[in-house]
Amino acid sequence: MTHNIYIYLAIMAAVTYIIRVLPLTLIRRQIKNRFLQSFLYYVPYVTLAVMTFPAIVDATQSPAAGAVALAIGIFAAWKGAGLFPVSVMCCAVVFILELFLVR
Amino acid sequence: MKKNKITLTENRTAFAEGMRDGIPIGLGYLAVAFSLGVAAKRAGLTAFQGFLASLLNNASAGEYAGFTVIASDAGYLEMALMTLVANARYLLMSCALSQRFAPSTRLIHRLALGYDVTDELFGITIARPGVLNPWYTYGAILIAIPCWSCGTALGVIAGNILPLRAVSALSVALYGMFIAIIIPPAKKNRVVAVFVALSFLASFGAARLPYLAQLSAGTRTILLTVVLSALAAALFPVTPNET
Repeated sequence: MTHNIYIYLAIMAAVTYIIRVLPLTLIRRQIKNRFLQSFLYYVPYVTLAVMTFPAIVDATQSPAAGAVALAIGIFAAWKGAGLFPVSVMCCAVVFILELFLVR
Repeated sequence: MKKNKITLTENRTAFAEGMRDGIPIGLGYLAVAFSLGVAAKRAGLTAFQGFLASLLNNASAGEYAGFTVIASDAGYLEMALMTLVANARYLLMSCALSQRFAPSTRLIHRLALGYDVTDELFGITIARPGVLNPWYTYGAILIAIPCWSCGTALGVIAGNILPLRAVSALSVALYGMFIAIIIPPAKKNRVVAVFVALSFLASFGAARLPYLAQLSAGTRTILLTVVLSALAAALFPVTPNET
């Protein structure tokens, strides 16, 4: 091991912080361009959707349990359940299903 | 004077709400950080170093990528590049957040919020209507960060103590939260609904198709986010009062 772990960690932290803080500090006014505005409006939903599926199916021991958790989560959120209830419901679904699906 | 008092109450309420919404995030973080700790241990990190990495980075994919660099004893430049690619999506998220700050927001709040723009905290912050109140996010950070950094340290120390069943169930907590964030706007706006569905499909395809599947999950997320959001913006531009 020729490299120092603390220097590695410092580089990671510095790069990560710069990525996050530059837009927050440099962009001081409202973006007027309609395309950019629309783009930034859609970014959060698209990113979160992309990160949710198929990751939720790959995260659980049994893919089926992950898939059912996704379906029930969407249904509950559609019916108006908040962050915490939906989260807990998904966890419970996986836990219960895997009692049967995984030995 | 009276106005200050109102703001103070507002900030306090926002902080409390942030702490409440930080609980599911913290639970999810605990599970994810735990598995991250296992990876950190494989890369040769001590529990304290794992704790420090998570305290300073708050980025699952970015840290995981970093640990692989450490494990292979690669150069410092490679570490910088790897971190940049794995975390590039935060640049987009910060751009989106910058539009929700009141223009008068002080520099200190911009610097402080930049410490912890993660997928989850970004999600709940942007989901709140109106001007961004940093105190809401601070509340969530206060709950989420100890879970994240201690979870990593625990993972290093005791990677295989928690039963697999529990890890598996906890690992969907984060996704449940994502779902709860994207579904309500999708219900109200048909374009968002269609693009959420398209994102699911495209993401599934990209994870399974040759070439694309070889890219890291972080890179795929960036690519798909840019392409799909640009498509949505070009085809269905929003009117200013929608954003």
